[in-house]
Amino acid sequence: MIKRAKTTQTITLTIDGREVTVPAGTTIWDAAKELGIEIPGLCHDPRLRPVGVCRMCVVDVGERVLAAACVREVADGMTVQTNSEKLERCRRTLTELLLSDYATESLREQKTGDDALLALARDYGIERSAIELPAGDGRPQDLSSPVIDVDHAACILCDRCIRACDEVQHNNVIGRTGKGYGSRVSFDFNVPMGDSTCVACGECAAVCPTGALTDKRLIVPIQPRNELDSVQSVCPYCGVGCAITYHVDRDANAVVFAEGRESPASDSRLCVKGRYGFDYAKHPQRLTVPLIRRDDSYPKGPLSSAVKGERRKKPGGLVDYDEVMPAFREATWEEALDLAANRLKEIKEKDGPSALAGFGSAKCSNEEAYLFQKLVRAVFGTNNVDHCTRLCHASSVAALLETIGSGAVTNVFADVHNADVAVVTGSNTTENHPVAATFIKDAAADGTTLIVIDSRETGIARHAHHFLHIKAGSDVALYNAMMHVLIEEDLVDHDYMRDFTEGFDGLRELVKKYTPEMAQEICGIPADRIREVARVFGRAGSALVFWGMGISQHTTGTDNARCLISLVLLTGNVGRPGTGLHPLRGQNNVQGASDAGLIPMVYPDYQKVASPESQKKFEEAWGVSLDPNPGLTVVEIINGALVGSIKGMYMMGENPFLSDPNGNKVRKALANLEFLCVQDIFLTETAEFADVILPATSFFEKYGTYTNSDRRVQVGQKAIEPPGQARFDWELVCEIATRMGYSMSYKSAEEIFAEFTSLAPSYSGLDYENLKPAGKLWPCPDPATSDGVQLLFGDGFPTESGRGKFVPVDYQPAAELPDDEYPFILNTGRILEHWHTGTMTRRSKALDAIEPEAACQMNPDDLTELGVDPDGYVKLSTRRGTITLRARGTPGVARGNVFVPFHFREASANILTNDVLDPFGKIPEFKFCAVKVEKAGSAA
Amino acid sequence: MSDAMHAAIAGAQPSQRAEKNPDAPLFEGVYKERFDSILTRYPNKRAALLPVLHMAQEIRGWISPETMTRVAELLELTPAYVRSVASFYTMFALRPVGRYLIQVCVGIGCDLCGAEEVTERFLELTKTRIGETSDDGKYTVVEVECLGACAFPTVVQVNDQVYENVKAEEVESLLKELD
Ligand code: SF4
Ligand code: SF4
Ligand code: FES
Repeated sequence: MIKRAKTTQTITLTIDGREVTVPAGTTIWDAAKELGIEIPGLCHDPRLRPVGVCRMCVVDVGERVLAAACVREVADGMTVQTNSEKLERCRRTLTELLLSDYATESLREQKTGDDALLALARDYGIERSAIELPAGDGRPQDLSSPVIDVDHAACILCDRCIRACDEVQHNNVIGRTGKGYGSRVSFDFNVPMGDSTCVACGECAAVCPTGALTDKRLIVPIQPRNELDSVQSVCPYCGVGCAITYHVDRDANAVVFAEGRESPASDSRLCVKGRYGFDYAKHPQRLTVPLIRRDDSYPKGPLSSAVKGERRKKPGGLVDYDEVMPAFREATWEEALDLAANRLKEIKEKDGPSALAGFGSAKCSNEEAYLFQKLVRAVFGTNNVDHCTRLCHASSVAALLETIGSGAVTNVFADVHNADVAVVTGSNTTENHPVAATFIKDAAADGTTLIVIDSRETGIARHAHHFLHIKAGSDVALYNAMMHVLIEEDLVDHDYMRDFTEGFDGLRELVKKYTPEMAQEICGIPADRIREVARVFGRAGSALVFWGMGISQHTTGTDNARCLISLVLLTGNVGRPGTGLHPLRGQNNVQGASDAGLIPMVYPDYQKVASPESQKKFEEAWGVSLDPNPGLTVVEIINGALVGSIKGMYMMGENPFLSDPNGNKVRKALANLEFLCVQDIFLTETAEFADVILPATSFFEKYGTYTNSDRRVQVGQKAIEPPGQARFDWELVCEIATRMGYSMSYKSAEEIFAEFTSLAPSYSGLDYENLKPAGKLWPCPDPATSDGVQLLFGDGFPTESGRGKFVPVDYQPAAELPDDEYPFILNTGRILEHWHTGTMTRRSKALDAIEPEAACQMNPDDLTELGVDPDGYVKLSTRRGTITLRARGTPGVARGNVFVPFHFREASANILTNDVLDPFGKIPEFKFCAVKVEKAGSAA
Repeated sequence: MSDAMHAAIAGAQPSQRAEKNPDAPLFEGVYKERFDSILTRYPNKRAALLPVLHMAQEIRGWISPETMTRVAELLELTPAYVRSVASFYTMFALRPVGRYLIQVCVGIGCDLCGAEEVTERFLELTKTRIGETSDDGKYTVVEVECLGACAFPTVVQVNDQVYENVKAEEVESLLKELD
């Protein structure tokens, strides 16, 4: 994104005899576009800073020489001619010159069929064989990247890729090398693309006009776009919710390639997962038939050697179907659904509704989430329904609800552009929210002071003006000290506090003792740096705070978030442009699944289960009486299964065996369930414990709405047909409900959405029609004309007093501190290429090719001390379990720390993690426990 | 132009190139002062790139990836951009060169008067190929464009010393003279 100074001055000029008035500073190209006049060009792309290197866009402005329209600014009274014989001749010659040295076969023409240079050649009727210009010696191809083919012979040095990589994605990988005929683009210090620091976002291939940079084929050959159907949808992965056009081959019933499309949330940008991670839907291991556990496979327990915790028979990262499938037999839908419904009903009758529980998923749509919680509440008769938000932002939401009365983000991430200061804390944004990170990087390069606070030096830290490398788990001490400085130096917003907050006295008292000197001892940041950064924050006219799992996944997660909220309230940074609180949501629909009520204590739209009015409202809407008691959360449900109080479960798209803390305990709990119905698209580790497995549809095979981290509700559209007998998740929920005696039926996802919005005031007015094409932010009082409300709480909060509350908290150390036996600190999380338990991304060809194997990240000095070779293996043990995996020397990880991604079943991070909970958010401490590290020979 | 040929490194303070310490700290002490004063000469940091690269080469003898990364940091440019510029100018060495950098002029005058044979002879005696450094680390032979002494072909410049009217048969004694 390019920030241009806003100007009110206008300029009037004439283009091809027609007058047009545009703001000063507009280029001729853009002015012509206003008139609907298209000027040919090769190096220009509206999303990039114009550079004017190809000269194809030359126009006649009546001067001695022609002007490049893409860079030349308009002037008053200018007369522009965009077409004439002379111009035609120039452009023709340029095309000939470029073609003389062009690749014989253009990969772009062969693939998407839209090579811009060859299109120009066709327009000018140029025959390549007739060109009599000398050609160079030819330039090589570089096929080393798993996602992009590089053909230097087809490069016209338009610099688009360089600008896309630098200015749009801020990855700064591409440059040029050499001069003359030999010049070409180069990656890093001229290494093959596959060996460079390229993060495979594909932005360069997306903007390349020629055959130089093109997407590699994934599952089906890439074909000309006009031979494919295009489907406007969104990304199935993270909470950024990038808008995507999927190009679909109807005959092959497959997505062929994906492209970013215009949306305020993503500005046509994508990351590697969104652009290249769609092919899992076509993986041969998709479940296509309902499955029932064979009688001789009882008593239940894990089936594959990996899930049993034994040595794996086959290497690699997927559930071994050969080991698991024999325990199941194929069944008809009738049989499988009857069995599931009857068994759940039996348990309900025998042990009462609270012996049942359901896990929905933040990967499912709003409609699916809504129906699922309706099933659990109205049909099972219990509020024991939860999903993985419990494992990511439950503590943030607990703090937000307590202090400002709403869990919603108060501003969208792209507004970071308007912030004087942005704080990113506990968020590895470049890997986990890559496209949101591009907006933050844009801002940081354009005047916003970026403060990054983290226990790891992550990608976003490299763009920071101030990076505070804090000790893991010391957040509260640091923020209290920052507040101490703000109060002591009177950098607080008195007017704001007077009008919109309460409880300041308590905060002031508490933070008194948190001098920067005292905090320094705890968080490891020198007192002066704490003061400096506090001042930068306090003096900002507008500041926006982003946070991620590094804040929330602690036993002090709620405390951490309370501090961030206090910082923002103290300085009045809510409700204005460039300000706000933004907990970056992980999954594509964490926000929506929570909005839809997939939470044990609230109905849709956060209406409290414990409130008699809400209960009555939903009893009336659903026509049944409801349990007035809030239900159990994820880890509590697993604990219930372990002790036998939870007996029957229905899981829609969750894989707790890998995603929940203390895997060895989860294994026992799952085996202990009397009945488990798993609905998923692949055989997950969790499905090994199932009695019935229902094959569901993937994201690409259904309609639904998804709400991103900004509260933007977007429509995901069906792109391909489901495999075999797989059915929509919502249909299966209806089938089970009906079979359990509560009639549920809908004609479409749209109809479910209408029911949901009628019960969720924040979504009121939204429907599939007005949500297309780019979605809308909730709340959206006037969907016909507006994009929804971007800034929330400019005039107070939805709390009883209308004020935001300061909740002062003392620093507390993590639950399990390192000691002599377990001297390292374990931190877990995600990496760019993979997603959660890896079921999708590890079945995506490109993503798996980039990161095929589990590897932990450790400080190189620690590895040297332990005698571990580069790329050698380590054994990690905690009080709960042991895994063995490769270790990667990573300078950004402080000494004494280990980071383990949790996507890899063969070295499941959650075998190690501590299932101790934050008392308020009930979120486990994924980000901190004590671990022992030993050198190992190879993977176990 | 391939990178192998890219050590073609004409002009530019070759004397300061030989026997430099490839691990010397960059831009510290006096070099820091010079760096700061270079910056004052230009309207923005980007514009200071060429003189800063020259200085880096002067300190370390060549422009390594680490050097480019450091220069990029200091001048707020991307490392890839720094390399683009460094790779465009033949006077920057993107790989280490020998103690004696032998630059044979292949401009039109010298070329007509036997520059090719002179080059061949150098390569033969130093047992290298163009742009490569001999095993003993002593010699790197490169071809350069006009050295501005066309009246005395073939012109050869070794570090900062210019030799005129070099004939193929004189190459051996020239090399001896260097030691
Ligand atoms: S794929 Fe992305 S990171 Fe890689 S070179 Fe292209 S734009 Fe840069
Ligand atoms: S940033 Fe998130 S939503 Fe966007 S393409 Fe990547 S994974 Fe998908
Ligand atoms: S499009 Fe204007 S110079 Fe390339």
